[in-house]
Amino acid sequence: MDDHHQSAETHEPWARPDDRAPVVEPGHTFASVTDQISSIVLTRGVQRGWLIGFGISFAITMLLLYAITMTVAVGVGLWGINVPVGWGFAIINFVWWIGIGHAGTLISAVLLLLHQDWRTSINRFAEAMTLFAVACAGIFPLLHLGRPWIFYWLFPYPNTMSIWPQFRSPLIWDVFAVSTYGTVSLLFWYVGLIPDLATLRDRAHSSIGRYVYGFMAMGWRGSAAHWHRYHVAYTLLAGLATPLVVSVHTVVGLDFASSIVPGWHSTIFPPYFVAGAIYSGFAMVMTLAIPLRWAYKLEDFITMRHLDNMAKIILATGLIVFYGYLMEAFFGWYSANQYERYLTLNRALGHYRVQYWALMFCNAAVPQLLWFGAVRRSVWALFVIAIVVNVGMWLERYVIVITSLHRDYLPSSWGYYAGTRWDWAIYIGTLGLFLALLFLFIRLLPMISIFEMRELVVHKEGELRAADLEE
Amino acid sequence: MLSLPIVTELDWSSVRERLASAGGPTYWKSLEELADTAEFRAMVGREFPAAASEWDNALSRRRFLTLMGASIGLAGLAGCGRQPLEHIYPYVRAPEGLIPGKPLFFATALSLGGVGTGVLVESHMGRPTKIEGNPDHPGSLGSTDTFTQASILSLYDPDRSQVVARAGEIDTWETFVGSIRSEIDALRSRQGRGLHILTETITSPSLAAQLTAVLAALPEAVWHQYQPINRDNERAGLRLAFGADVQPVYQFDRAEVIVSLDGDFLECGAGSVRYQRDFASRRRVRQDRQQMSRFYAVESTPTTTGASADHRLPLRAGEIVQFARTLAARLGLAPAGFALPAASRSSQATSASTSFDPGSVALHAAWLDAVVDDLRAHRGAAIVVAGAHQPPEVHALAHLINASLAAPDATVRYIEPLEASATDQLASLRDLATALEADEVDVLLVLGANPAYASPADLKLADRLKRARQSVHYSYYNDETSALCSWHVPATHELESWGDVRGFDGTITIQQPLIAPLFAGRTAHELLSALFDDAPRSTYDIVRDYWRNARDEDDFERFWQTTVHNGVMADSALAARSVTPVAAAQLPDTLWRTEPSGAGADTLELIIRADTTVWDGRFANNGWLQELPKPLWKLTWDNAALVSPATAERLKLSNEQLVELGRGDQVVAAPVWIVPGHADESITVLLGYGRTRAGHVGNHAGYNAYLLQQSDAPSISSGLTLKKTSETRRLAVTHTHFSMEGRDLVRSGTLAEYREDPHSPAHHGHEEHEHASLYPPFANPGYAWGMAIDVNTCTGCSACVVACQAENNSPVVGKEQVLQYREMHWLRIDRYYSGDLDNPDVMHQPMLCQHCEQAPCEVVCPVAATTHSKEGINEMTYNRCVGTRYCSNNCPYKVRRFNFFNFHPDVTPLTDMIYNPDVTVRSRGVMEKCTFCIQRINEARIDTEVRSMNTGQQHKIVDGDVVTACQAACPSQAIIFGNINDPNSRVSKEKAEPTNYGVLTELNTHPRVTYLAQVRNPNSALAAAEEAHRSGRVVPQNQYLP
Repeated sequence: MDDHHQSAETHEPWARPDDRAPVVEPGHTFASVTDQISSIVLTRGVQRGWLIGFGISFAITMLLLYAITMTVAVGVGLWGINVPVGWGFAIINFVWWIGIGHAGTLISAVLLLLHQDWRTSINRFAEAMTLFAVACAGIFPLLHLGRPWIFYWLFPYPNTMSIWPQFRSPLIWDVFAVSTYGTVSLLFWYVGLIPDLATLRDRAHSSIGRYVYGFMAMGWRGSAAHWHRYHVAYTLLAGLATPLVVSVHTVVGLDFASSIVPGWHSTIFPPYFVAGAIYSGFAMVMTLAIPLRWAYKLEDFITMRHLDNMAKIILATGLIVFYGYLMEAFFGWYSANQYERYLTLNRALGHYRVQYWALMFCNAAVPQLLWFGAVRRSVWALFVIAIVVNVGMWLERYVIVITSLHRDYLPSSWGYYAGTRWDWAIYIGTLGLFLALLFLFIRLLPMISIFEMRELVVHKEGELRAADLEE
Repeated sequence: MLSLPIVTELDWSSVRERLASAGGPTYWKSLEELADTAEFRAMVGREFPAAASEWDNALSRRRFLTLMGASIGLAGLAGCGRQPLEHIYPYVRAPEGLIPGKPLFFATALSLGGVGTGVLVESHMGRPTKIEGNPDHPGSLGSTDTFTQASILSLYDPDRSQVVARAGEIDTWETFVGSIRSEIDALRSRQGRGLHILTETITSPSLAAQLTAVLAALPEAVWHQYQPINRDNERAGLRLAFGADVQPVYQFDRAEVIVSLDGDFLECGAGSVRYQRDFASRRRVRQDRQQMSRFYAVESTPTTTGASADHRLPLRAGEIVQFARTLAARLGLAPAGFALPAASRSSQATSASTSFDPGSVALHAAWLDAVVDDLRAHRGAAIVVAGAHQPPEVHALAHLINASLAAPDATVRYIEPLEASATDQLASLRDLATALEADEVDVLLVLGANPAYASPADLKLADRLKRARQSVHYSYYNDETSALCSWHVPATHELESWGDVRGFDGTITIQQPLIAPLFAGRTAHELLSALFDDAPRSTYDIVRDYWRNARDEDDFERFWQTTVHNGVMADSALAARSVTPVAAAQLPDTLWRTEPSGAGADTLELIIRADTTVWDGRFANNGWLQELPKPLWKLTWDNAALVSPATAERLKLSNEQLVELGRGDQVVAAPVWIVPGHADESITVLLGYGRTRAGHVGNHAGYNAYLLQQSDAPSISSGLTLKKTSETRRLAVTHTHFSMEGRDLVRSGTLAEYREDPHSPAHHGHEEHEHASLYPPFANPGYAWGMAIDVNTCTGCSACVVACQAENNSPVVGKEQVLQYREMHWLRIDRYYSGDLDNPDVMHQPMLCQHCEQAPCEVVCPVAATTHSKEGINEMTYNRCVGTRYCSNNCPYKVRRFNFFNFHPDVTPLTDMIYNPDVTVRSRGVMEKCTFCIQRINEARIDTEVRSMNTGQQHKIVDGDVVTACQAACPSQAIIFGNINDPNSRVSKEKAEPTNYGVLTELNTHPRVTYLAQVRNPNSALAAAEEAHRSGRVVPQNQYLP
């Protein structure tokens, strides 16, 4: 193992990452890849850092549980919502979490189909992130209902009331889009895990581990027929997941765009929401990848090349989002519609102007730093920028939801909104849940796809070593 | 967090500057917003701090439970009282006409300050649930006011007194009667000396007869009368003017020109419901009637009356007498020696405040010229009205002017006073105070009044009451006075008892009980009979026997039945009396003597008035009225110290800032509320708040303005001291934060413009586009329900709001929830200001579900809980609603209301009697909104179908069969509902008027509710002067004000 690090250190500093920076540091063999990744799960045991991290996030999850219990028991009146502002934190957080999930799907499906092999080392945990983000997102539309216990009325199921959902409502489209997305993401992630689960089964020391991983590996033996079927299934699922990258956030965008609320009623929403989703998703992958590669010494697998590529995607999608802001402002003026015009001015100069300009700072100004190679090569700078982007995207949804609703058509019913402690408890609680799930994932499953990394090693090294053959 | 001392002043120059920089009428709603100050933003921040008081939301929820007008703790006690048995015993022999499930209506009357309004009470299986006006009663003509509508809630108030109490301990009626009878008997040897009886104004002939009999038997006993809002000033003024004790009855339907001297005839006082109707009849502009009366209002405190005026002049209350003097003099009524002030002098006198400026001089001169000319030109068709709180001189001058304009024959009728015994009530109360102080009171009977709370502070009645050897407080609530008296006896509600009462013109109504007394309440008749008669009689016998003797009817039984049934006694209105004005020379000197210039003018003036929703405090425990926004400043749950923008600017006051108001040795901390249009250098405080024993709803809401009241000048006085504090009190205002932003929501024009082009008020500059829609239009082959609301006759009185709440089981949510914009009124009245900061034009717009034909709410509901009926009604299916609130977000009118909590918690056997059984009580998490009173439509439909079935012919619902609750209540008949498929229906005709327009029709919503534009009838000469005055001070405004 030491050799690899030696070689990594002696590697020439690269000037143009596209050409030079590797997606896996040189010197790795099949065995070293497998050892290093599976050891996190199998041999290293429970470490103090992990325990502290998991403990904190689990405690925050309990706060979520408490806040949810209170909300269900007492009513959504605990939240800050009111009559002009009927949607608040719940919808903001829902859109934010769903957006974050998008990067996972994009990385695993779209980049797979495009043969972007650099995706390999980040796709597994990006997919996990997607799954957990969708889980967090799913809490909100359920909980924000006045009567959450009858949420299933939104599904078209045979019932004694002889009534379908109302298919003209974008909220119904949302139900389909999000539930499909959740299902496909789960399948895709699980199918991708099967060969690695088999590896873990084979290498597990405890009988429980062997039993559980063995059960989940579904009898994977690594035969050629298995591999063949696996590749067909995986590619098919990737094909299925690809349109979802676009459709889910398009539908979420339509939740707003198909209303008549000034500030929501806008054709630009679907594409701008999709771009925003990818933008925030990559920022979240970056936010997670940087500490992970540091904590688990995975710099060899998640290299600067990955960070650099992700930074470029953030820059590109960020520019699309910025274009969206500009167009919104432009059409506020160009529409010659007094309500749109008022809305635009109200966003920039009104009660919520702090949020608006903070959003502009986070999403329009800060990402411009990514034009500079030096910034893209600084792990710290990337980490800070990723956090800023995450905050910015949350603010974007805040500005869209709140400023549009708080002053719409009749000035007599204008009002103000602020999240209450319960709103914050639930939001922070989902962050806790997300992190807790992620900690469990890191501890129990290989966070980097072992077999795909091995394939990468084959490609990159171009030769097989005898030691590897033994493996 | 709530008591952050963030009190800084508004930047007045910036306010005016902003008002200054835009052309045309500009609309704004609140001053802070106009100023866009940091304080405004801070205030907003304070209202909704990021970490709002949500941790203790369980607490605030608990608070609203108690506020529900139905406190749970006391509900248990309900079991101790006698419960009505109607809903547990089936009728073995059903009363004639009773069909289970169908309500019956009974005529009776409800009184306020002794003046009765005839009502029809809807009774479901013996349980009164809703109050409608009695169309046969002259004081109602089918309409009601807010108090009448809300009194049904007081009937089921769990806080109402339920037991006889002696020194706070539960006792029995029999012990009480025995004890007090022996006390009274002991006084008989002294001819009753030492017995004092305090009542409110009594117009009931039978009760008055009982009192008279008591006084005849005990000639040394004293009968005091007092209620805080009384007609002492009017009575004294009329005695000055005519030398006779008379009472005016106005006929606004005959008036071409009306001048109000602080007279709030549309909002309060005897006959206001009828006056609204009559006034509106001359203000309704239609194609076939292009005429209007003209109304000039001189006002101190802004009222809905002044807001309805064509010209409004804010003057300090104390300056109005000088205005009246000058007006009378200009009309030639002054005695020879009276020097008519020159225009400038009069103006100077009328605006001797610090806000005096040369512009006002010209304005006041123009005002006087215009009013004098108009009055002269309309002899026999003019009315001058003086406000009840104005001094007798103003009343005397007003009625002298009326007399000189031949009004007594045409527009004003003078009748005998309604009171059985007209008294100077304040003097009467002062006598009582003196007697108490001298320890001359052995037995004090207080019937109904609450002197410990509702009396001038300097009379110290709260202390002096204790000096009576024995005192009895007979009242509906166990209140502040009850706590100080040796005995408390609970009163019945008027819906529980027999009685008789006079309407505003003297018409008698025999009140009949709708339900047996819910608790151990007694009527005043019963009480007097038990204490003074040899053999106690029942109220029924007392009232009936009185009228058997009083009316010499051949067939008394028939007369009685007819009278009780109709709710009106035939030929009982008091006849007009002819009056002769006292000759100018004989008039007292005080009428014409101008006070030494500037007396009190350099100090702050204090105006004490009744609150528009809780009145003098008697409705303090009524949740419907507490949560009803005050018509002009839209405040709920509190009173404030009202102050004009200019005075606030000078004193550097800001909204919600607590100030210490001082008069005499009394100091009261009150929050400031700046009211555009208020007279400068003057502060209005409103009575009825700051109660300590009102009940769970009314306790500790607001501050007690009675503490500032002194008996020498109970309503208007100078020399108020004001000390600013750094504290604030949050005020729950339903909508003031906003301006109209130049949107065409309330459209208006003048009569002259209307005559030129009738479309101009509603449609000048508006092109109505027909937009395409993705969805096909709904076909309404049968009925198509629609509504038209005339914003021109709407005064903003808010009777419709309470009526809607009563009809549709809408909850009361409490101050905390109102602060969070969660009030549940299905119908609200939007109020917009336009123009001058110091004297704005006011527009009211009742806003309810518009029942859009292309409703934005319907397409976004994921579960089809809100759908379109085949008759064009936008329907809510509560059971299907899951509560996404998307419909509310997408409603451009924001008329949908959401049950954020269970707003009907812990319904008890007492409190659930209030509910209308025809309307679902909505649970938590469900959206709700106006249904066009669909239960009433369906009732009419069933009736029609039954009739069709019985007759074999196909009957249809005809115009007038369905009257919505708001429409029924509206005193000015501004709301018309009906079938728009029928071209002859009233609503179709209203919608065909050129002033008809829809709000936000550019959104392609096709609202079924449309509005008739506001048309005002300004005097062109005066309008020009006002414009000049206005442009001298205020200039165009900035378009965008955050």
